[in-house]
Amino acid sequence: MGGPFDLGGDMLINRRKDTLIAVVLVAPFLAIYLLVFIWPTMQMFGISFTDAPLIGDGNFVGVDNYARLDGDPRFRTAAWNTAYFVLLTVLPGTVVALLIALGVSRLKGRAQAAVLALFFLPYILPVSVVYLIWDWVLNFQFGISMHILDWLGVARVPITKTRDWFMPAMAVVTIWWTAGFSILLFLAGLRAIPAEIYEAAALDNASRWTVFRKITWPLLYPITSLVFTIQLISQLKIFDQVYLFSQGGRPNDNMVLVYYVFQRAFQQDQGGRAAAVAVTLFILVVAVSVLQFQLLRLSGGRR
Amino acid sequence: MVSAQSLRRVNFWGGAITALTVVLAIIWAFPLYWGVISSLKPEDEVVRPYIALWPETLTFQHYIHALTATQIGNWYINSVVVAVGVTVITITSSMLCGYALSQLSFPGRKLLWWVILASFMVPTQALIINHFVLVAQLNLLNTWAGIMLPQLIHPVIIIVYKQFFDQVPRDFREAAVMDNAGEFRILSKVYLPMNWGVTTALAIVTFIWTWNAFLWPFLSVTRTEMMTITVGITQVNDAFGVYYARELAAAVLAGLPVALAYLLFQRKVTEAITLSAGIKG
Repeated sequence: MGGPFDLGGDMLINRRKDTLIAVVLVAPFLAIYLLVFIWPTMQMFGISFTDAPLIGDGNFVGVDNYARLDGDPRFRTAAWNTAYFVLLTVLPGTVVALLIALGVSRLKGRAQAAVLALFFLPYILPVSVVYLIWDWVLNFQFGISMHILDWLGVARVPITKTRDWFMPAMAVVTIWWTAGFSILLFLAGLRAIPAEIYEAAALDNASRWTVFRKITWPLLYPITSLVFTIQLISQLKIFDQVYLFSQGGRPNDNMVLVYYVFQRAFQQDQGGRAAAVAVTLFILVVAVSVLQFQLLRLSGGRR
Repeated sequence: MVSAQSLRRVNFWGGAITALTVVLAIIWAFPLYWGVISSLKPEDEVVRPYIALWPETLTFQHYIHALTATQIGNWYINSVVVAVGVTVITITSSMLCGYALSQLSFPGRKLLWWVILASFMVPTQALIINHFVLVAQLNLLNTWAGIMLPQLIHPVIIIVYKQFFDQVPRDFREAAVMDNAGEFRILSKVYLPMNWGVTTALAIVTFIWTWNAFLWPFLSVTRTEMMTITVGITQVNDAFGVYYARELAAAVLAGLPVALAYLLFQRKVTEAITLSAGIKG
């Protein structure tokens, strides 16, 4: 940008120079972006209309791969399990994180940092570590959780090998693993509420519940909806935990959408049919994101 | 006015909630403790039918086994190279792009900004098939570059950089332009030093994200010596029998670098993660 004494010609040269520099600065990102984002996305849509294997070309088959999803029992299982998992994790995860954040926010200084660290540490760990720890905790023979079942007088069950227990167990492990992230966002939101509002409420002798309902909840609403949708989007994409805990178990009963993409493409060598599932997931996630953006804008407008 | 009685009641419930929070925090972290402590017990102690919160015989034999008899050393190297590589490339390219978006006017700037915002929504899990095809065509399966390539994009880092560069007062820029400094000089001598804090915070979390990645490293590597540690510890088992304590020792080794990164740079990590969720620090 030129200074106040620039003449017209200088301005033009400056602009051209600016553009040139901008191109150089943007180029590394743009090159990677086109290569690993745009190109694969276009390819994904392309091969979903073919009978291509994982690697190599196929013939155009129209919307066949999509039409077949309708009567495909395994796709149904995958869609159902994904929805079930979302149901078990998103709302419960948000509520748990909110309650914990309210508790943690009462602590001050170092005590708060220490307690927050205990809740947050699991989130920082790789999924493989979470898997090995919980596989050990839930171990049928020697797992520490089995003592709880014994104590409750419930017969021991091989939790991750039992169909009915599998998804609820995944939900518990996932909430344990990721709650730290949501707690962190809630704490940021709670910190942004001015202390004077609470002081005024205390002078009015408002009860704890009234303060929460009239002050905390409405002011925290934008964060709550953010936490809720971030979780919704990330849980739709569940794969790692389900794959790891299904090793040596029953992957077909525990099928989720990303797992189905993986199985069709990498285990059955059907790139085209896998891509149709991937496109379905892609559209689902984008639709949820757009919806969330619109809702956020609407609620933003109201405020 | 607040009566003494109601104040006491409030204090009691307040204290109860605080106590409950602390107890819950300890329960929450207990599986981590249990995993670590089990990895320090001899194999026969691990499978005892009662709960022992401390090992009778403290042993590091499982760690020695993991470090000497398995490929964990290799996997460590692979994970470090991949995580450092992705961090350096992602941070550098995002910083340059964020600077251009924030400080320069050029045709297509608006469009680029919207494209970056929109790519927030793209589920990379849906792209695994075509990432695999791409990396296979480039002949990069089972290589460090192949593990890195699809992980080099984190649009959110550009967004954070743009916000921070936007906040630098214009006076600094105008003064530098008066001194005839070029854009690269302005970036490296003015904007980067002023945003050193956010740069290290973003670098630490990019490292953690990459270290923790599972799906893509799992798909793109089939040779055991090229695996990252997060994949290796779950995919390669000892040939005979199950050794719980050994598995847990491997898990502790895999989690240690990121856990340490978090504990050492706690504030930076939480700052960057909050920023990456779209909340300004």
